[in-house]
Amino acid sequence: MENTRSVQTPALDQTPRIVIVGNSATAVGAVEALRKVDQSAEVTVISAEPHMIYSRPMLSHYLAGEIERPRLAYRGADFYARHNVRPVLDDAVVRIDPQAHSVTTASGQTFGWDKLLIATGGSPIIPPLPGLDVEGVYAFTRLDDALAILEYARKREARHAVVIGGGMIGIKATDALLKRGLRISMVELAPAILARSLDEVASRMMSNLLVDAGVEVLLENTVTEVRSSEGRLTGVVLRDGRQIACDLLVFGIGVRPNAGLAREAGLKVNQGIVVDHAMRTSHEGIYAAGDVAEAYDLVVDMNRIVAIWPNAYRQGATAGAHMVGVERVDPGGVAMNTVEVCGVPAISVGNGNAPEEGHQVLAECDERAHRYKRMVLRDGRLVGVILVGDINRAGVYTGLIRNRIDVSGCEDALLNERISLLSLPDQYRKHVVTGAGIEV
Amino acid sequence: MKRIVIHEEHCIGCRLCEVHCLVQHSRSRDIIKAFRTERDTVLPRVHVEESGPISFALQCRQCVEPVCIEACISGAMHRDEITGAVVCDEAKCVGCWMCIMVCPAGSIQQNMTGGGASGRHIASKCDLCYGAEVPACVANCPNEALTYEEVPEAAPQE
Amino acid sequence: MQPLTHRGRLFACQSIRDVGDKMVLSLASAPAFIVERDETRCIACQVCVRQCANDVHYYDEVDGSVRSHDAQCVGCHRCVTLCPTHALTVRTNPLEFRPHANWTGEALRNIYKQAETGGMLLTGMGCDQPFRIYWDHMVLNASQVTNPSIDPMREPMELVTYLGAKPERLEFRPEMVSAGEDGERPSGSCMALTTEASPQLELQVPIMFSAMSYGSISLNAVLSLARAAEAAGTYYNTGEGGLHQALYPYGAHTIAQVASGRFGVHPQYLDTAAALEIKIGQGAKPGIGGHLPGEKVDLDVSRTRMIPAGSDALSPAPHHDIYSIEDLRQLIYALKEATGYRKPVSVKVAAVHNIAPIASGIVRAGADIVAIDGLRGGTGAAPTMIRNNVGIPIELALAAVDQRLREEGIRHRASLVVGGSVRNSADIVKAIALGADAVYIATSALVAMGCHLCQRCYTGKCNWGIATQDPYLTKRLNPDMGARRLTNLLRAWSLEIKEMMGGMGINSVESLRGNRDHLRGVGLNQVELDALGIKSAGF
Repeated sequence: MENTRSVQTPALDQTPRIVIVGNSATAVGAVEALRKVDQSAEVTVISAEPHMIYSRPMLSHYLAGEIERPRLAYRGADFYARHNVRPVLDDAVVRIDPQAHSVTTASGQTFGWDKLLIATGGSPIIPPLPGLDVEGVYAFTRLDDALAILEYARKREARHAVVIGGGMIGIKATDALLKRGLRISMVELAPAILARSLDEVASRMMSNLLVDAGVEVLLENTVTEVRSSEGRLTGVVLRDGRQIACDLLVFGIGVRPNAGLAREAGLKVNQGIVVDHAMRTSHEGIYAAGDVAEAYDLVVDMNRIVAIWPNAYRQGATAGAHMVGVERVDPGGVAMNTVEVCGVPAISVGNGNAPEEGHQVLAECDERAHRYKRMVLRDGRLVGVILVGDINRAGVYTGLIRNRIDVSGCEDALLNERISLLSLPDQYRKHVVTGAGIEV
Repeated sequence: MKRIVIHEEHCIGCRLCEVHCLVQHSRSRDIIKAFRTERDTVLPRVHVEESGPISFALQCRQCVEPVCIEACISGAMHRDEITGAVVCDEAKCVGCWMCIMVCPAGSIQQNMTGGGASGRHIASKCDLCYGAEVPACVANCPNEALTYEEVPEAAPQE
Repeated sequence: MQPLTHRGRLFACQSIRDVGDKMVLSLASAPAFIVERDETRCIACQVCVRQCANDVHYYDEVDGSVRSHDAQCVGCHRCVTLCPTHALTVRTNPLEFRPHANWTGEALRNIYKQAETGGMLLTGMGCDQPFRIYWDHMVLNASQVTNPSIDPMREPMELVTYLGAKPERLEFRPEMVSAGEDGERPSGSCMALTTEASPQLELQVPIMFSAMSYGSISLNAVLSLARAAEAAGTYYNTGEGGLHQALYPYGAHTIAQVASGRFGVHPQYLDTAAALEIKIGQGAKPGIGGHLPGEKVDLDVSRTRMIPAGSDALSPAPHHDIYSIEDLRQLIYALKEATGYRKPVSVKVAAVHNIAPIASGIVRAGADIVAIDGLRGGTGAAPTMIRNNVGIPIELALAAVDQRLREEGIRHRASLVVGGSVRNSADIVKAIALGADAVYIATSALVAMGCHLCQRCYTGKCNWGIATQDPYLTKRLNPDMGARRLTNLLRAWSLEIKEMMGGMGINSVESLRGNRDHLRGVGLNQVELDALGIKSAGF
């Protein structure tokens, strides 16, 4: 539970200036949190993208044709106005100057700040393959990508897509394109799909669903060459020499944090920008949050990038509140995600796919009914869970993981069809039900 | 804002709260029609948890910092500006189940009945009977095991 | 919504179904009630299934409908009350035996039952036989022309009642004032009261909750009574159930009973209560003791009563240290000694044939309050034959006792409290006019808390959460709601009492007490009128 406490802020002679670089969940979290307590700060949001705030995870629903474009809007069109924020869109920040307390954009504008939040997210990983610079090859992380894929698929009547990557992004792209009626070949380097979130069993179940839906799932393989004709994609060559004729290639491998600006500015950067519990970077007054930040993960008990939407929002809110003087400590994130293949949902939270060695693993599987549960415990505490099919009680498990509840003695209840709070420790139940304090 | 307070010691497990919640969220709002003709398209948003003689009716706890709002990718889950309640805008919801994944009380569930405004799969949760003076579960609890009270926001934990 | 079978526990041997398994041809198993379910209204929500401790309703998963085992229905109306679509009603089974004025259906059924079980017939609540209810044959007076009536909405109306011995006479001495170095001198103008009053109970309304033990009723029921007594400024009575820890805060509104089993009696118990009551007898079962089956003696009850958990709590028929009025006096004074003469001591007896001399003896033994419980008084469990056939109606007992004490000149030495089916405020006004200081109510209080008088208290499966210790069932009585309903009842009755008193031109309950001139009999013969000490209507 968040720790929220007002602290005295040194009186400033001027209205504080806050600059947020990025325009997604993190920025929204920050703006909403800071405006809860402060109406005076001068807030500027700078984004390289030209669009209003949209929801990246919704892109797959848009790509699938399930929603119209307006529903991609994550917040209403009046979001900036209502929160008294100045948006600077379609203008990438190219330089951060920590000494001068300023940022400079591609168009040459310079913005001074008293507090800066770097929420630049990540960029799709595109391996350096020969022949990529042709029509029909796309990444799938931004609205422009989705728009381009749709435009292309419509114009060229695309029939067969190759999706590179069997992780969350790849699967979501695959599921969406399936719904658009394309034939799909999915290529994954690892021996299993969704290997970072799911264990072998769950992965196999999801893979089987894809295969049943007509997807060609190619594991332990990768694209080594892109074939084209007249500047248009015609096919790919795989590592094992197979050739696949296709008219659409989508990279859904993953993202790499956009930490370049921060590195150049001299901030401490590992994989992502290193931040503390309040999202502060190594430089006074500069914060980082979201997919670019390497923040605390309470399950693995170390800092790492957990590039998921809820973390981005919460970290943004932590930074936002902190920038206006509310001392708020982020309890840390937990890796988690949900994915749906052919109508069967799967959820993974924490170390759901941890090996049996060193852990207590409880599992129950009904492959026919597409139902699977896997609980991973360490020292009597739940550290991970995978649910396939019946996911209605997933949050109860997440709560146990987040609050590090000792569930010794309640293990049997964990696999119940519908886990009841009454089968969990009394004090935890009271905490959830009443919000009362908890000692664990 | 007012919150539904659960009095576990008074819950008798009759599940009238579930019955009346379902009616309240049905189209007809007529108990007999709701059960006879709409049963497959509407879900109760309160659930009685039961173990031996102990039971209680659980619905959204209206968290001060709702994790479901944090996790929602569509912006459907939001705090209503008028009532202050955390509610799901069913027209916006795409059924990604992120909220279900994070709600520690387990009080959001999949509505697969197509009964939502958009006729799709959506997240279903308590809306405090939007606009009602007293939510249906509270009003119809025969033993006052649910009450609707102004509860101060939880004090920060030290 | 999942079907739920109540964790049915059967007590004693009284359930018809209990023997039904062995006895295929059970003549006693014809349903007493028929459960009628309006199929056009039933939504199969199963609230009835979950609420019936007698397992009457069940859900048939095959066709998704709810049905009933009518033979198990006791007619408590829990399901009828909670059914959200009002699809249920419960009727008396119209099954009729060949008419016989002597061999009624009930007489026959009782014999079938006893022939099958070989046991005594047990029942709960008060006598249900059609004895004459004298309250309903007495009417009240009202002022017309020759004396003014009083409007209680505009003028003060006093209901405060003090229970306890009143002094023979008041004695005064001249009030002294300081006279400098000479010490004190009489003021000459003021007198000071020297008589010390015996301890008194102050009642804001002349109504108390009579003895119902924790054990026979649930803690939530006792808590409801205690909280209502506190809110209304009156008293509840522990019965022989001792004082549960949760009840100590209500000590100032507690009358603690000392009965033949001496359960839960210890110094703190006596010290905490506002008054003590020695229970000799009870209207529902004069002359016999009590029996709380071991099943009802859970850990809390065991701790409170100071007996081993699971053991039967047997109250002997007599107090084994009381065989005479002199012995009773010993116990009364033992209790007064133990509590430093600070608390009034009451003695409760059942209304029986020689009640007037018995009451006289009790007063002379030193009781501050005499409580008399009539034929129709309730109980958690009594042999049916005793309940229905032993004792006399409270109206006659009250008239006789008040008359006798007045004749002996000792009426002021004790207050008179009567119980045994006081159903409404008019019964109370009539009781006070017949000579009572206050009334005890119990059945009315139970009804206020939800009781539907199904008379199955002794089974321990009270669907209203009152006469049970089953944790599934006791929760059904929310003590906040119970207390609120009881407080409402007392308030409503107080308003009505004031209205009736005002009509009679009386502004204080003191002036109503023993004022039999305000009563007239209707439809009574001369013997009954004489016994009640009232005139016939028209005179």
